Amino acid sequence: MPTPATAARQQIRDVVFVDGVRTPFGKAGDKGIHAGTRADDLIVKCIRELMRRNPSLPPERIDDVAIAATTQTGDQGLTIGRTAALLSGLPRTVPGFAIDRMCAGAMTAVTTTASGIAFGAYDVVVAGGVEHMGHHPMGSGTDPNPRFLAERLVDPAALNMGNTAENLHDRFPAITKERADSYAVASQAKLAAAYGRKQIQPDLVPVAGRKPGSGWTVNQQDEPPRPGTTIEDLATLRTPFRPHGRVTAGNAAGLNDGATAALLASADAAAELGLPTKMRLVAYAFAGVEPEVMGIGPVPATEKALRQAGLTIDDIGLFEINEAFAVQVLSFLDHFGIADDDPRVNRYGGAIAVGHPLASSGVRLMTQLARQFEEDPQVRYGITTMCVGLGMGGTVIWENPHHADYSGNTTEDAA
Amino acid sequence: MSFERFEGLAALVPDEVITHSLVEDVPLPGGRGAMALITLDNGLDHSRPTTLGPATLIEFGRTLENLKDRARSGEISAVALTGKPYFLAAGADLSTVKSLKAAEQGRLMAELGHTAYNLLGSLGVPSFAFINGVALGGGLEIALAADYRTVSSSASGIGLPEAFIGLVPGWGGVYRLPRLTGPLAAVKVMIENPLSNNRTLDGRSAYEAGIADALFEPADFLERSVRWAADVLEDSSDVRDRRAALSQYDDGEWEAAAAAGRAFIEAKTSNAAPAPGKVVDLFEAARTRTRAESAAAECEALTELMLTPQFHDTVYAFLDLVQKRAKRPAGAPDKSLARPVTKVGVVGAGLMASQLALLFARQLSVPVVLTDIDQARVDKGVGWVHTEIDRMLGKKRLSPDKANRIKALVTGSVSKDAFADADFVIEAVFEELSVKKSVFAEVEQVVSPECVLATNTSSLSVAAMAEDLLHPERAVGFHFFNPVAAMPLLEIVKAPRTADEVLATAFAVGKQLKKNAVLVKDAPAFVVNRILGRMFGEITAAFDEGTDAATADRALRSLGLPMTPFKLLALVGLPVGQHVQESLHSAFGDRFYLSKNQQILIDAGKKGLWEQDDAGTDVVPEATLALLSFGSSPSSIEEVLRRTQDALADEIGRMLTEGVVAAPEDIDLCMILGAGWPMHLGGITPYLDRVGASARVNGNTFH
Repeated sequence: MPTPATAARQQIRDVVFVDGVRTPFGKAGDKGIHAGTRADDLIVKCIRELMRRNPSLPPERIDDVAIAATTQTGDQGLTIGRTAALLSGLPRTVPGFAIDRMCAGAMTAVTTTASGIAFGAYDVVVAGGVEHMGHHPMGSGTDPNPRFLAERLVDPAALNMGNTAENLHDRFPAITKERADSYAVASQAKLAAAYGRKQIQPDLVPVAGRKPGSGWTVNQQDEPPRPGTTIEDLATLRTPFRPHGRVTAGNAAGLNDGATAALLASADAAAELGLPTKMRLVAYAFAGVEPEVMGIGPVPATEKALRQAGLTIDDIGLFEINEAFAVQVLSFLDHFGIADDDPRVNRYGGAIAVGHPLASSGVRLMTQLARQFEEDPQVRYGITTMCVGLGMGGTVIWENPHHADYSGNTTEDAA
Repeated sequence: MSFERFEGLAALVPDEVITHSLVEDVPLPGGRGAMALITLDNGLDHSRPTTLGPATLIEFGRTLENLKDRARSGEISAVALTGKPYFLAAGADLSTVKSLKAAEQGRLMAELGHTAYNLLGSLGVPSFAFINGVALGGGLEIALAADYRTVSSSASGIGLPEAFIGLVPGWGGVYRLPRLTGPLAAVKVMIENPLSNNRTLDGRSAYEAGIADALFEPADFLERSVRWAADVLEDSSDVRDRRAALSQYDDGEWEAAAAAGRAFIEAKTSNAAPAPGKVVDLFEAARTRTRAESAAAECEALTELMLTPQFHDTVYAFLDLVQKRAKRPAGAPDKSLARPVTKVGVVGAGLMASQLALLFARQLSVPVVLTDIDQARVDKGVGWVHTEIDRMLGKKRLSPDKANRIKALVTGSVSKDAFADADFVIEAVFEELSVKKSVFAEVEQVVSPECVLATNTSSLSVAAMAEDLLHPERAVGFHFFNPVAAMPLLEIVKAPRTADEVLATAFAVGKQLKKNAVLVKDAPAFVVNRILGRMFGEITAAFDEGTDAATADRALRSLGLPMTPFKLLALVGLPVGQHVQESLHSAFGDRFYLSKNQQILIDAGKKGLWEQDDAGTDVVPEATLALLSFGSSPSSIEEVLRRTQDALADEIGRMLTEGVVAAPEDIDLCMILGAGWPMHLGGITPYLDRVGASARVNGNTFH
């Protein structure tokens, strides 16, 4: 009698961040650089650039393509991970799926597929996100359940992100408009400096575009930044969410179009295929908070991730925190006792300057952290973190492979 | 330099749809300065191809002059051009070119192209063309004038079709192309392709031939092209090495290519139109000419050819008929009247019926049932269809799944009961009225009252076939041409009682079958066979009267028909030809000559008049001649030609008076699509006008 088979037991494997790229971010609206370009084409250009930059990766070795979008209709619909794989020219054997966690879409695409890698379901994946806020204005086509209002589950004002940012100012009176504006000015200055040092350009994918009545051009840099912005410039801006409020277009991220994509692999597959290891995934966590103050989400998410990793905030040498609003970053810094101008935080500036095409931003943070790791081998651990609509936060902790004490490949140890 | 002297030309064609030259400065990667990127765009969507007329070329030239200044001042380090989606440019605006009546205007148009295009080679900075889509004629020559080219792997419609249109690639193409691709490939692009149903290249073959230096996929074609251009600015050695390898040739090869081109033209056109030969002349001379010398000769040739009737008739045939009228058949009823066709019946399982079954199954993707009188015939018919599908599968023209699907759609039966749920039944049985009538009567017993009954008859009256039906309004003629898969024409015959819904259904089915349908009246032999019959009558009559075979058969050589009359008769089959001729004779009397010698050949079991001797030469064997009898009044070539011209003018005049078709345009369309008659004749009626036959016979012209 044959012995019944026993399934193999999976071992947790190391997950590494191989590479990440993004399109230049554009301003949403008819005059933006991507106005005439489809959202799915934006993500396709990223995936194709990743394949070109990593020629040792046979495309058939990609096990899944996870692409996030907040609005999953029109040119972001039809299971965008699968359509993007097909449109990118990946083999038809490569599957794909769509992900949504609003602003943390790309981050969730990374953590979800990374879990699959760790479990042994995947060797190599593409994870990314896209948001064409010109084609899909925030909240368009949604139908919030009337129970939110009737049962006072969520203050309807919390569906407007600007209102939640004003609420956060209410909760933390120490965070003044002046602090928020100063932070925003610094973000613009840091991005301009990073551009000057060519720290941004290497990971941008050029995107052809054509505006009505004009010829083709090839967009190769971000459209939203306003280098040279001063405190005085910002002081004059309207506060659209409240009369005499604190949140302005100047101390918040704009409405943007853009896409990002990253390659992740198991440490073993990366070694086998000759792919670079730019970061190793240490831990990740998502957490919920009151939707009315969604901007505080990174705090519990980070605490949870640190706990899992057995690290403290003092172990973190670099922070890439998404700047949906200056107040939300400042509330995080205050909580952890970090100075507004701490040089570990957002070295290349942030979304206030570069833009925040919702579901795509998570991978931008990671790509930038990876480059900073390479520039700064003294740093061992870094985090990427962001707040998420309807009251959430997400944090991913990464280890720098360039650090002297890099822990290396755990599965090797297991073997 | 100035484009002022061309402004008068633009004023002559105020209706030109102008393609604008839209310039954007694109920063080049790696700090290599800025590229001025020109987009050729007529501001319309992809259904309106970008074309090149006088105002377009003046704007393009002035744009380049401006960029030349900017290059001199160091503002830009490269110039590139590309097109709106799917098109670089579809070539010269033919309706504009056709409207230039005077030689001087034609010459100016030719010179304008050279003046503008040559600037691409003298900007002071390298020039690039990014061929994103269709690049035909002047639209490809504009790219050839640039220093470097990329092409999209999804581009199609790349070529120099001038020889087909009746012109020459005279904006530098004839000079520049062979220097990039080598002479043999250039002759293929300039001669063989245009004269083979105006075939064109796709992006990959254009790259492989050397027309482009780099090939990129469409998903990021422009981004990759710009990146590549930046690299070439740095180091162009790879491009130069590739070009050197592709364009290797010696003088002998160039001469051999010219000779091959001439032989091809002779075989395809009998040299009936002047343009193709002129292309080879220019190509041959271009080997030793400077570009300026060639340009002068090209302008000379264009000036001359633009005035030829062959060019004007080709534009008429190509633009007005094939591209426009064929797509909107004159007299077709409202499309919305058409009924859905979800199952097709084919009566008969012979070769014609089997071809029809295959076509219907492939294009309509609905069940098709073949019936015949016994199982063996049915099996043979279905077997033929399955074999054909396997053949297409073997050639990878069908996927295995698709082949399985089509095979499963085609079934056979000995009982017409299988037609019970068919919406469209077509008969392809023996050409005998009584047989067809009984077939229709039998089918009507089985099918629904709405089912369309179509006949593929080539010569019988549809009305007569339908007269005893319970529902005569359901009968319609549906006349294909052999071979069914290849010939694009479908004559749809409206009998006096044919209902509009039935006719609309027939047109809808014709369109789904990807055929060009022409509405014709229920008159003997309809259009193509009637005109061919009249032609056969004249040639066979001249032969029977004592004209020798060569003289009679080659009398129409100057028309450049795809085949001589006797060869066409042999291809059709002498008995079939004679059968059609008999019905025409009985319908119209002696003006359709019934040849006794043809009957003798048929009785003797001959396949045709001509046979090949051991050397492969066409001869009429002595033994054959001994069987035949001849009169004593031979004609000269000129006499045979003239009597045939007159006969055709007479017959077409009668057909139009009888209302067989709506207009002479439909006659021409039928002859082009159903008989392969050349576009440089305009089909036939412009030719008959041109040679005076229409006036001689009818007292006026068709156009």
